[in-house]
Amino acid sequence: MALDTAWVLAQVGEAGPTSLTLELLTEARNVATKVAAISWGPHVAAAAATLGQYGAGTVYDAGDIGDALPGVPIAAAMASLVDAGNRPDAIFFPASYDGRDIAGRLSAKLDRPVLTNVVGMRSADGHLETEHALFGGTHIALARFTEDPPHLYVVRAKSFTAEALEGGSAPEVVSLAVPDTGSLAAARITGRHEEERSGPALDEAAVVVSGGRGLGGAEHYAMIEELARLLNGAPGASRAIVDAGWVPYSHQVGQTGKTVKPTVYIACGISGATQHMVGMKGSKNIIAVNKDREAPIFSIADLGIVGDVHKVLPALIDALRSRN
Amino acid sequence: MPDMKVVVCAKQIPDPAAPPLIRPDTHTLDRTGKLILDDSDSYGVEMALQLAGGADDEVTLVSMAPNGETAGLRTALAMGATRAVLISDDALLGSDALGTAKVLAAAIRPIQPDLVIAATESTDGYTGTMPVQLAELLGLPSVTFAKGVAIDGSTVKVQRQTEAGYDDVECPLPAVVTVTAGVVEPRYPSFKGIMAARSKPIDVLTLADLGLAPADVGAAGARQEVTQVSEAEARTAGEIVEDDGEGAQRILAFLEQLKVI
Ligand SMILES: Cc1cc2nc3c(=O)[nH]c(=O)nc-3n(C[C@H](O)[C@H](O)[C@H](O)COP(=O)(O)OP(=O)(O)OC[C@H]3O[C@@H](n4cnc5c(N)ncnc54)[C@H](O)[C@@H]3O)c2cc1C
Ligand SMILES: Nc1ncnc2c1ncn2[C@@H]1O[C@H](COP(=O)(O)O)[C@@H](O)[C@H]1O
Repeated sequence: MALDTAWVLAQVGEAGPTSLTLELLTEARNVATKVAAISWGPHVAAAAATLGQYGAGTVYDAGDIGDALPGVPIAAAMASLVDAGNRPDAIFFPASYDGRDIAGRLSAKLDRPVLTNVVGMRSADGHLETEHALFGGTHIALARFTEDPPHLYVVRAKSFTAEALEGGSAPEVVSLAVPDTGSLAAARITGRHEEERSGPALDEAAVVVSGGRGLGGAEHYAMIEELARLLNGAPGASRAIVDAGWVPYSHQVGQTGKTVKPTVYIACGISGATQHMVGMKGSKNIIAVNKDREAPIFSIADLGIVGDVHKVLPALIDALRSRN
Repeated sequence: MPDMKVVVCAKQIPDPAAPPLIRPDTHTLDRTGKLILDDSDSYGVEMALQLAGGADDEVTLVSMAPNGETAGLRTALAMGATRAVLISDDALLGSDALGTAKVLAAAIRPIQPDLVIAATESTDGYTGTMPVQLAELLGLPSVTFAKGVAIDGSTVKVQRQTEAGYDDVECPLPAVVTVTAGVVEPRYPSFKGIMAARSKPIDVLTLADLGLAPADVGAAGARQEVTQVSEAEARTAGEIVEDDGEGAQRILAFLEQLKVI
């Protein structure tokens, strides 16, 4: 028996719902009969049809929250919906910056715990059993709540495959009031900075070429970018070189960064820490270049080259250039 | 700047380099052995020391850990923190993030800090929700995922990481801020610091000291059960070859075989 109702926190930008939002909607309709999306911002109306196609029967639209960080106002809006008598069985949050903020705020408001790092789920007897990636994905735990719903879950990206419904219908859009939370919601965005990126998005590219500390210096990251460009892929990075300031955080693959599942992942000068591997070991094919034969990344590589990135990558770049 | 009070949440965890010990009865991580300061929190400690480095300023560490563990706190005290509050009680075994937030909130409230710093996520649990739950319970605004933090009068200015870059965020104090690794470079404790840390005060509190009921925290408060833990299916290694000058060609051939080129 499936759950009755599930809510999905739907993040919607100018380009439409995020891919994780669509993954969550798809899975929500697999485990629950009725699915509602909770959303906010200036682009909800434009995205409502897409949300419907992926399973949302109702879209609760909290409207434009301006420069506020969403954690406080959206959690407050959701809490008042629950307090007004709406009792979803499950609420799914994307494991994104804002998703985690809203989940944490709502959890404390409703005094309900959250299960995080969800990577799988099944419903049985009206109960949801969830799978969780532990210790950088080396272990999988099965968990369930022991009290009555609503139950809160934070779900990791790429755990489910997004699929549109055949002939999905337009959802009912209901506006959701945001209560006044006073000084709690005092954090304000005063400036936005977006990195320019060309080529496919890191978490959607068919080929990802990532560099790590083994590159030896920020200036050598150009090899990674060039290789990614030649393969029509996206450049990625380990946290070590993000922390070192060689590349922006938006390039980071792993537990705290993006989860990627490309056709090919090429790891260059990356040791293969569990926190890195959890973000890329779902790749269909993995190629690793590392000068240390014992590097953990080789334990999951389909093709491992024990060698120096400064020799292997320039040769590869030359060979690809001469083909084009 | 006189009298700036910063609280840093400092989690003490089993050595993450060692294989995790899982308790067969509860299927949770066994935290009863020796614990160390979570590396993720060393960034918060350093940030606090830089923001509240004046003679009249105060950096207080707050930690919840079993068995009266103080090893990780001594490390952070040796870096330069002023004092520490440790909450240790058998009734806290099995606490989840919300339970932890209730305990830390009760310990932090009387300190009346200007700023509370935590890490974006811990190394062992990495729920990433505890600091926001804490902020809600303390009735404070929060800014998460900071890659840069500065204080300007009674405002904290944060560069907050986003999926595509970063936002500038301003928030009035008091507030909760979570920091990522890379926000600052943590200092190594000096010999002098290590010696000084030995005599710095650590207040050890129990649940009763905080006026919390056992039913709200620990395994009871978590209202969840882990029914099974197993090792994830491991990917197996494929072909590993030494680069003898042909490494690039091998990669090229593999990409061709996959029809990527
Ligand atoms: C809570 C937490 C979250 C984390 N989240 C993430 C995350 O999201 N993503 C992530 O990546 N990490 C994450 N980490 C960090 C992770 O533990 C590692 O520290 C990091 O992944 C290491 O990066 P690296 O492989 O580039 O560097 P290193 O581990 O230093 O490895 C460098 C490698 O380069 C090789 N090398 C050196 N020179 C050459 C050469 N000339 N040619 C070829 N190879 C060479 C070396 O043999 C070595 O294997 C996290 C850690 C924690 C505690
Ligand atoms: N038991 C604890 N004691 C002190 N701080 C904690 C504790 N648990 C979590 N924290 C803080 O909250 C952050 C996020 O933790 P988590 O929710 O486990 O990812 C940690 O990095 C710490 O800064």
